[in-house]
Order: sequence, then structure tokens, then C-alpha cells
Amino acid sequence: MIAFFDRRTILVLLATLLLAPVVSVGVAAQDDFIIVQSTTSTQNSGLFDHILPKFTEKTGIDVRVVAVGTGQALKNARNGDGDVVLVHSKPDEEKFVADGWGMKRHDVMYNDFIIVGPVSDPAGISGLKDADKALKKIAEAEAPFASRGDDSGTHKAELNLWKQAGIDPTKASGDWYLETGSGMGATLNTAVGKHAYTFTDRGTWLSFGNKSDFDVLVEGDPTLFNQYGVILVNPAKHPRVKAKQGQAFVDWLTSAEGQKAIASYRIDGQQLFFPNARPGT
Amino acid sequence: MLDPTTPLQGLGDRLAAPPLPVEVRSLVYETGGKRVIDGLDVTIDSGGMTAIMGPNGAGKSILLRLLHGLIVPTAGDILWAGRTMDRQLARRQAMVFQRPVLLRRSVAANVSHALGLRGIVRPERAIRVDEALKLAGLEAHATTPARVLSGGEQQRLCLARALSLEPDVLFLDEPTSSLDPTSTLAIERLLLGAQRRGIKIILVTHDIGQARRLARDVIFMHRGRVIEHQDCEGFFEHPRSDGARAFLNGGLVL
Amino acid sequence: MTDFIDAFKTALGLIVTLDPNLVEILFLSLKVSLTAVAIASLLGFAIGGALAVYRFPGRGTVSAILSALMGLPPVVAGLIVYLLLSNVGPLGVLQLLYTPTAMIIAQVILVTPIIGALTRQACEDLLEEYDEQLRSLGASSGAIVVTLLWDGRYRLITAVLAGFGRAIAEVGAVMIVGGNIDHVTRTMTTAIALETSKGNIALALALGILLLAIAFAVNATLIGVQRLANRLAYA
Repeated sequence: MIAFFDRRTILVLLATLLLAPVVSVGVAAQDDFIIVQSTTSTQNSGLFDHILPKFTEKTGIDVRVVAVGTGQALKNARNGDGDVVLVHSKPDEEKFVADGWGMKRHDVMYNDFIIVGPVSDPAGISGLKDADKALKKIAEAEAPFASRGDDSGTHKAELNLWKQAGIDPTKASGDWYLETGSGMGATLNTAVGKHAYTFTDRGTWLSFGNKSDFDVLVEGDPTLFNQYGVILVNPAKHPRVKAKQGQAFVDWLTSAEGQKAIASYRIDGQQLFFPNARPGT
Repeated sequence: MLDPTTPLQGLGDRLAAPPLPVEVRSLVYETGGKRVIDGLDVTIDSGGMTAIMGPNGAGKSILLRLLHGLIVPTAGDILWAGRTMDRQLARRQAMVFQRPVLLRRSVAANVSHALGLRGIVRPERAIRVDEALKLAGLEAHATTPARVLSGGEQQRLCLARALSLEPDVLFLDEPTSSLDPTSTLAIERLLLGAQRRGIKIILVTHDIGQARRLARDVIFMHRGRVIEHQDCEGFFEHPRSDGARAFLNGGLVL
Repeated sequence: MTDFIDAFKTALGLIVTLDPNLVEILFLSLKVSLTAVAIASLLGFAIGGALAVYRFPGRGTVSAILSALMGLPPVVAGLIVYLLLSNVGPLGVLQLLYTPTAMIIAQVILVTPIIGALTRQACEDLLEEYDEQLRSLGASSGAIVVTLLWDGRYRLITAVLAGFGRAIAEVGAVMIVGGNIDHVTRTMTTAIALETSKGNIALALALGILLLAIAFAVNATLIGVQRLANRLAYA
């Protein structure tokens, strides 16, 4: 037993154990890939799992998606830590391009936002066609409402709606207005856990696995329209950006083929994203 | 044919004369605001064992460590045959402590490791390890973890390890104070053998009987100073100082 | 409660069928964490041993900082590495962001203080016993460090296992520097975070159960090693 542990044996064992993983980690840097900075809501909807393989099959370019909040995605892209950015916050996207960080902004697709909540519906908003009216009722009833509170595209759209309704919900932050500072999925989890209403994109909601006793209560208002844009990061600012491959992705996404792929994505038979890239842009 | 002025590897500096006598002059050592060694003078010659005795707190262990270079004096000199302590001199000394200090490895490995630290090459090491284990009567335990040995066996091993380094001077700090008589006898036999081979042994001991058995001269310390330094018989039969007298009578020396 | 039952069923199903996705994620987690721990061990042993043995001005401060860094939040470590490896960062030219290598770097930063501080403590304890004897034998400071490291090997194994536990279980660092990219930088912990955010609670729990199984195995090894050490009087 003791002989088994003599110094030489232990050293050899250690060396083998340590070298094995190290050797295999050797960066198999397959150079044909691009990094797309996108949002968690897009990722969670499952859209990428559906459309990206089609792009890779056609072009041989692997697409690696880093899914973070819109704010972080744009910031990362500003740092050059991505080749393409695909988010849904038009004013921010336009500023991104105006500031010189992106080449050109293209419309890609839209989906819509909805307000979900417990079927018990304490504020009585179910079926309302007017989103800001629904928010007014929630504020009046002081019914719990979970907000992403993270400066994302979804969050900004939500805040816009409150503005339209003439209410500043942040005054009640911590009371009935709960700012989770998290992604859509985490916020939905919180909402379900606290029986709170929440503002979400349809895609994330449809593929969300923890719906409990929640349902879609308000939908269809045109102000709930959520536009996605795609931008190639400016290689002049960050020479290491893979401009050619990135542009190939942007082109494919806005091409008939890419648009068709987007439209064909369904959950439970429902179409999530509606392609609206304008040809020739 | 080797040039006789070339130092021979492995035989150490034993060919040269041992670095004795050691002269200590006005030695002072302060620690924690206390003066533990308070202006100490003594000269230790070669030949025979020198015992250092005295009541607790006299500074015996400190003196040993100062001589061996483990601590640095606050003031005063220690000269070995006229030289101050340096690395070369340090390599010609070894020390055995009150409690055996052994590494968490086998008996043989403990000796081998010490030899390695002194720069002895592997083939030579193997020979010396063998000799050391024979000397200590521990050949059968070569691969045993050193720390499972009994107290007496461990101390024998420590002594054999020290001797394997072929020192000119060997310091021992109460090496048998926690051992049974049989182990004590074994240690004393080893010491006598070492002394006969020409190693100078400086030994701190509380055991009057041991000092009488082994020592040629006795240094008696009290309160950081050397009170008396006599040949063995003279010290035990006719102590010159009050302190020594009180100590030998078994009284408390304050 | 049903979530728990579903989770166990899911976990079992994944293991039994050797779900390829699961295997891929598991393998990456182990690759990243084992590599990080290996590197952190070499660094930690050296730093810890040196801190215990060498005397230099500011030694106490360095030790205190090292101990404090044991509590470095993983997400902060991730942020630091991200800032270094980002395209606008000093090491951007290495193009390491969003790769397993970046994850390893972040975990090395997390784990080294743990192994370093525990090594320092182990060596200091041993030094109390060995210091005089080793100096009497003429050991240089460097030789003392090596002696202590080998002598304290069972405590060091414990430190390494503690470091591994930290690495395999953290999510903050690997999420930020890895990006949780499918098939590239998705580990057990980032996968759990993702599935949770998608509301796939049962699957997330199942992955969690597997992660716990690994943690349990790590701890069992720890206890086994300590028992063995005691028996052989090597402790």
C-alpha cells in the first residue's frame, strides 16, 4: 500500500491527470465563425436554434450567439466584441450607427409584446385592446407588476407604454412595481412566483416552460409592436471584426431565404416572428 | 591522480582540522524586551563532550542555538578557531532537538532528504543512509513512515541522521529528556561512539547522571551567564559557585 | 414537489441515454475546471509556500489580501477578465473572449487565492514544527518550500479539492467571459441558468442534481484522502 504511493508514481499519476484535459482544450480555433451579440429574449424564443443551422449549411460559417440584455449587447458591440448585433431597440440601434459603431441598420422582423398575468386577474385587464389603459388599471389597483428593469429593448418598450399612460411606476418601485433587473425568463419566473402582471415578448412567453396559472391578458394593440434590427459592426472602428462573414449573415437574414426561415419558425403551430426586411436596403 | 588540494566531494571537510576551540565573547541576546543572554563568555575546546547545565530559563537552549547559528546574537562574538560563522562552518555542524523532528515520509527518506539538502549526490547518499540505519538499529524499518516509530526509535533516527552528515560539531538539546532508560542508553552509546570518532559533542542536559556518564567538562549557566566551567569531576565533587551547589543539591536556583 | 420528481426522472433519463448534449456540457465543464485547477494549483502552491517561508516587508498585507481574495465574487472575476480580453482591452489582440480558454483564465483567478491561502496556512503550520531542524540541516528558503509542499501533500490535496469545488460550481465568471454559446462555451452551470430562465425547471434541476453528484464525489474523495493519510500517519 505504501509502495503504491511512492513519489514517482504519484508524480506520474498527477502529470497524466493534469495533462489530459489541458491537451484536449487545445484551441481548435475553427476560424469560420462570427459572433452575434443578441438578446436573451430572442435566444430564449428558440429562433436561433431554428434559423442558424440553415445559414451555416449554406455558407459554412458558424454563428456563435452571445445572448445578453440589449444594453449589454450594444456595449459589447461597441467594444468590438462581436461582428454583428441583432437587437430590438430602434432608437438605440440608430444611435449606434450614428455614433459610427455600426455600418447600417436593417429591419429584419418584428414580433409583438403582450401583457401576461394570473388568470384571477385582480386588476381586471383581460381582453382590453388598449395597452396603456390596461397599465392604468394595474397602477390604480396597485396590483403587483414585474418589470425587467434592465434597460433592455423590452424594458424600454414597457417604460414607453407607462409614459403613454401618463404614469411613473418607478415611484412605486419595491411596492407593487417590482424591478427584477434580469432577463425575460428570470422576470417571468419572478412574476409567476409573485402572481404579478408582466410585460413580455410573445416569443419568450410561448417557449417559457413555467407558465403555471398564467395567461395572455392583453394583446394586439399596435403599440405593442416590437421591431428587430440587424447591424454589422463597423470594421473601420474595430479592424478585427469579420466584416465579410458578418455581412454575409446580414445579407442572408434580410434575403428572401432568411426571411422565409424566420417566418417558418413556430411554437405550438403559432408563428412568432414576422419578417419585414425591405428589399434593396 | 587527484590534486591533494582539491576538496573531495562527500568526505566533507573532515580532512581539515575541526574548527575548534570556539570562543564566545561578551555575548548578548535580547528577545521580547528581555535580555536572555547577558554578557556571556566561554571557551569550548575540542576533545571530549561538553555538557551545558543549569536551571530552567538559564538560557542553555538559547546558547546552543546561538552557537549553531540558528539565531543571531544582539551583540558579542562567536569565533570558531578564529573564524566567524559562515555557510561553510555551518555545514560542519549538526543538531538534534529535544523532540524528534521527522518528515512525513519513510525512515530512509528522512535521512536521504537531509543528505540531499547538504548536496550529497545520490550514490553516496544511498551508502550513508544504509550506514545511518545500521547505526540506529533501524534497518528493518527503512520503508516505515518515520512518524509511526516510538519516541526512542525516532530520536535514534534523528541522531543517526545528524551523524550521517559527518559533522565536526554536534549539538544536542536535552535529547533524552522524554525517553525511557533503554532508549536513553542507546542514544548515549551512539554519542560515545561518535565522540570516539572525533566529533565534538556539546550537549544540554538536565540529567546529572547523564552528564557524569558522558561529559568531560561542564558549563553551568544561570540567568544568561556562565557561572562556572570546570572539568566534570571537579564540578560534581567541588562546585565553586553557590548556584551550582544549590542546583546539584536539588534545590531551586533563583 | 412535482418539479423535484420530474427533475429526478429527467436526470435519470439523461444519464441512462447518455444524452449527447449533456455529455458535451459535462465534458466542457470538467475540461475547463480541471485545467483551471491544475494551473491554479501550480501557482497557488508556489505563492502559498513562498508566503509561508520567505520574510519580506509587506508579507502580512499580501497574506491578508490573498485570504480576502478567496471571497472574490465569480461575477467580478468574470468582469475583470472580460475587460482584459475584450477587443478594446489590453489583451484583445489574443481574441480569447468567448472561448473556453477565457473561462479557464477566469477560473484560475478565482481558484488560485483559495489554494494559495490554504497552502500558506498548511506550510505555516508545518514550519512551526520543522523550521529549526530544516535550517539546522542548511536548507535554503527554496528547499524549505519544496520540503513543506511535499510534506503537506495531503493537506494540499484538500486545498485542491476545495478549489475544484469552487470552480465547477460557479456560473458568474464563465457566463460573462464565455457567453454561454451553444456547443462552444456552455457549461453545466450556465446551462442550468439558461434552462431556469426558460422556465424549464425540471431540466435545470436535473442538471443541478448531476452537478451535486460531482460535488459529492469530490467531497467523498476528500474524506477518503484524509482517512488514508491518518491511517498511514502521513497526516
